[in-house]
Amino acid sequence: MRADHPPRRIVGTLAGVAAATVVVCASLALLWLALLLAGLDATRALAALWNGSFGSGYALTSSTLVRATPLILTGLAVAVAFRAGVWNIGADGQLLIGAAAAAAVGLAWGGALGPAAIPLALAIGTLGGAAWAGIAAVLRTRFGVLEVISTIMLNFIALNLVGYLVRGPLQEPTHAYPQSSEIPTDMHLPAIVSGTRLHWGFVVAVAAAVALWWGLRSTAAGFRVRAVGANAEAARIAGQIDVPRTTTHVLLLSGALAGLAGAIELTGVTFALYENISPGYGYTAIAVALLAGLDSLGVIATGILFGALEAGALSMQREAAVPAVVVTVVEAALVLLLLALTRWRGGSTAILARFAGTNSAAPEDVS
Amino acid sequence: MTGALTGFLEASVRTATPLALAALGEVMVERAGVINIGLEGIILAGAFGALVGAGGGSLVSGFCVGAVSGLCIAALFALFAVTMRADQIITGTAVNLLALGLTGALYRGLYGATGAALTIPTTGSLPLPLLTRVPVLGPVLFDQPAPTYFVYAAAPVLWWWLYRTHWGLAVRAVGERPESARVAGIAARRWRWVTLLLGGAMGGIAGATLVLSQAGTFAEGISAGRGFIAIAIVVLGGWNPIGVLIASLLFGAASALQYLFQAMGWNVPYQLFLALPYVLTLLALAGFAGRRIQAPAALGRAI
Repeated sequence: MRADHPPRRIVGTLAGVAAATVVVCASLALLWLALLLAGLDATRALAALWNGSFGSGYALTSSTLVRATPLILTGLAVAVAFRAGVWNIGADGQLLIGAAAAAAVGLAWGGALGPAAIPLALAIGTLGGAAWAGIAAVLRTRFGVLEVISTIMLNFIALNLVGYLVRGPLQEPTHAYPQSSEIPTDMHLPAIVSGTRLHWGFVVAVAAAVALWWGLRSTAAGFRVRAVGANAEAARIAGQIDVPRTTTHVLLLSGALAGLAGAIELTGVTFALYENISPGYGYTAIAVALLAGLDSLGVIATGILFGALEAGALSMQREAAVPAVVVTVVEAALVLLLLALTRWRGGSTAILARFAGTNSAAPEDVS
Repeated sequence: MTGALTGFLEASVRTATPLALAALGEVMVERAGVINIGLEGIILAGAFGALVGAGGGSLVSGFCVGAVSGLCIAALFALFAVTMRADQIITGTAVNLLALGLTGALYRGLYGATGAALTIPTTGSLPLPLLTRVPVLGPVLFDQPAPTYFVYAAAPVLWWWLYRTHWGLAVRAVGERPESARVAGIAARRWRWVTLLLGGAMGGIAGATLVLSQAGTFAEGISAGRGFIAIAIVVLGGWNPIGVLIASLLFGAASALQYLFQAMGWNVPYQLFLALPYVLTLLALAGFAGRRIQAPAALGRAI
């Protein structure tokens, strides 16, 4: 069953792209204005932002696309969850657990695995992320705990767990630094083009986006996800869809994608487990997913855009002495402008009604 | 032993104070049918505002600027989530990002990357005469900084306001049946604005308390998840100010366990204590599975 007529679909996409473009330009204009007001050299800062992101082949491959990889994967994690009306704010924790699980396996057996090392690391990371999200799924379906709250709590628990691991069981042998040893070279993701830092994880991320796009559009499971997200009550009654089951599956898939992001970050970029292996990818992912209109293919574009923003922010800090953290303000402005321009209205209704209890199937609004 | 226990209880109350301040504000907000995930950002803004305000040497201006900072962030949230009817969860997430970025950038811009040397005045404890002499509980409850006493007063006043006044009835009506409330002549959106602004000021004071009564300085991300815990506390407290006060104390105790263990010389990884409040939140929320919690019916719904 195709939900959209082709013409409407194209118009919808064009409108979405137009809105996203307007929002991005407006946010950058705001940044420029804010820098001017702060008495900084705004033109130089924006030039540094460009140079550090798209300005050269090296910047594009070794900074922007490397940075985009975890953002695309966590962006997909958020997008698929929000599509189903599941508020997974926990991609960051799921990413951390994915990285920690992959690191544990790599440090324990990595040298003996040979060519199986990389697939195994990615698989274990994926499972780790899914398992972490699974906690939220059980809490929601069995105990009626809202996933908005549980996934946020699980982020902090994951952060402290990794903090403990890199100072305890997984700490490097000298016990001088809060980090693990380096994983064996068999487990390092190879570079796509030698001489750059761009690794095959980027290809995995893009492939995951295409697969998810196809799966949501063309499979029965994808239809269930969209139906539950559009109207859980109608999906249950008219579509005979098991809503808690679909919710659980979506949370597991979402966690799996975020966990994969963690494993890829470990095997492709850091090669060791650090407490701050994620500079908040899972939170930025929310902006990535929203700007893409929760469209999987769109997430590739917005993931690259946010990768560019974060890569450029670092060069802005180096070259123009503008704190890199201002890019967080730009991200926030992006989301707020998007809220002002498009219709993201009252979407949390269906979810929040379940605050009332585990089996609340009452109509949301009969008043 | 008694010393360690008193120290533990005293630390529990101290740790609970900012949580209770933020959660009491959020109770009002949620009673009017709004869930403000942006509370985390409000606390952070309040903390930064307190640093700026107290920089001149005055505690009063520290708390005032902190409250106003929280109020401003809440006003932004209200503009989107109430006036523009945008999704509350997404607005809240964006507001958190904004506060994190703004406070981080301003802190570095105004105080440099190494602002640690900043000295600001802090509130000492303010022992209440006579009451401190009550055995055990006296020093625990009544030898605290001023914001703690504000919490003792605010919880019952808020309870009375919500359940015994016409205004409180109006707020609860907006949270339960906004359409019916409107028909009855209640300005539903205006009440959501009012509660959000009040809640924002409370959250700002919570952040100011972190800086002026506890840490004695500001650090990026100093709120450290307290806004989210406060939201969980509201659920645990059953959307009732008195329940929220008790739930806050429980959380304060969970966080303060770390001091007790240190005092007893037990060697447990400190990350366990840092994670404990979050684990407890999940367990406590799951523990509600059996009984129905009375959540405001229109919570999270734009009107």
